[in-house]
Amino acid sequence: MTLTLPVMITNKPLPGARRPDDAGARGFARLLPPVPLFALQPLLGHIVRTVARRHPELIARLGDNCKKRFLIDPYNLPFFLLLQPDPDRPQLRAHTRGQDVEHDVHISGTLVTLLRMIDGQSDSDALFFNRDLAVTGDTEAVVALRNALDNMDATLADDVAACFGPLSRPVRGVIDLTLKFASQKP
Amino acid sequence: MTQLFKPELVCPAGTPAGLRTAVDAGADAVYCGFQGPTNARNFPGLNFTLAEMADAVTYAHDGGAKVLAAINSFPTAGRTEIWKKAIDDAVSIGIDAVIIADIGMAGYMSRNHPAQRIHLSVQAGASSPEAINFYCRNFDIKRVVLPRILTVAEIKKVHDEIGCEIEAFVFGNIGMMAEGRCALTNYVTGQSTNMDGVCSPASHVHYEEDEDRNLKTKLGEFTIDCIACGENAGYPTICKGRYNAGHKQEYYAFEEPVSLNLTRLLPDLMRAGVTALKIEGRQRSRAYVKAVVSAFRQAVDAYSRGDEPDISNLLALTEGHRETQGAFRSKTWR
Repeated sequence: MTLTLPVMITNKPLPGARRPDDAGARGFARLLPPVPLFALQPLLGHIVRTVARRHPELIARLGDNCKKRFLIDPYNLPFFLLLQPDPDRPQLRAHTRGQDVEHDVHISGTLVTLLRMIDGQSDSDALFFNRDLAVTGDTEAVVALRNALDNMDATLADDVAACFGPLSRPVRGVIDLTLKFASQKP
Repeated sequence: MTQLFKPELVCPAGTPAGLRTAVDAGADAVYCGFQGPTNARNFPGLNFTLAEMADAVTYAHDGGAKVLAAINSFPTAGRTEIWKKAIDDAVSIGIDAVIIADIGMAGYMSRNHPAQRIHLSVQAGASSPEAINFYCRNFDIKRVVLPRILTVAEIKKVHDEIGCEIEAFVFGNIGMMAEGRCALTNYVTGQSTNMDGVCSPASHVHYEEDEDRNLKTKLGEFTIDCIACGENAGYPTICKGRYNAGHKQEYYAFEEPVSLNLTRLLPDLMRAGVTALKIEGRQRSRAYVKAVVSAFRQAVDAYSRGDEPDISNLLALTEGHRETQGAFRSKTWR
């Protein structure tokens, strides 16, 4: 059968287009000392294992998509994250830019955009509509992840902060400061 | 401004947390669906198990809100048991009403659960007094959700001629004009909005962004839009795509990516006899539900007191950053 839908348009690329500025990320970077990635990995592992243990309902909503690899790319930071929320072997690792890492989904946005999303402050559809958030790869997996995260009463940002034990309140404060700093940006 | 009858605010929930957010934000009723093909938002990670729906009913009732179960897709031959079980399950947990589209399921409900309140889904596409009254007479339908094809004046006329309540959409995604009869997704992906509950299944949607941030949206093997850097995006549905259609290039041949927003028409709808105001968006996040439900709660309460509300700007949550009053204001909107 021949599909008779009309041929698609092709909008011409805008030369020199760049990603939006991210004052929040710069502010965040100023608040934290530089940390080598190898020192970050145990902390990230602790975070993902804790979240997976505390939120079996999140894993259940992901279904088979928990095996997928989500590349989370805060594009003004010098590294990106690779998440695999497999309950049997949950993984979250940081990678330096330029590394070729196999993944199923690529989610990118400014650090502030991603923080707002995991903190439940922003509607991810709206972020996508206005192009603050970009998604490529396995759309079913990313829709499942979005919906699973959105069903958490506490936010993922709260869980991440809680993983810092006695430092959880200062870490939550840094997240709040970053978001506040970004929202005050003209 | 004179006081107006206060309509019910019917709000969406895709997850249990979304339902709690809607109730806490002031919803009078929340509509939601079971996981699977029995409702028209069958997306991965979305919807309720039976246990979750039962808990949701308890939470909503404790908060003074109702829960409406959307069982509003169309079963095909050999699959009707799935829909019948969903209806039986919903009734068993004390749901306040079941939203039905299929005439066979309306018959099943009225025969097997005659005491259960039935709402006729927008998916049924009943827009004339004759069609609506047919459902009222034969299935004791208590409320009709009107398709988004009528002006406010037409809604008033329908109201005066039918024997049930009217629910009208006031905010959110605005779909094809022939509600419940769209076959575009089925044509391209083999999965149906009406029978599988999924418009543009996520498993068939692919985005490609180049280094200049131009975004290509594909459904299956077909590119349905190319969005330039800096240009707002919309839902990845065929009806919101742009095409070279012979007489026009880069043409929204079906619909434009724009959201319905009837905030300014609320007093007219209330005077027209609309019983319930519906917010679309079971696929949206809790942040959306909280913002939109809160804004409409304030607006409806203010209008019903006879006050002029400070209407919030909901533009940030609209598709494509654009809003319309659609056919409610004028038939010439497209």
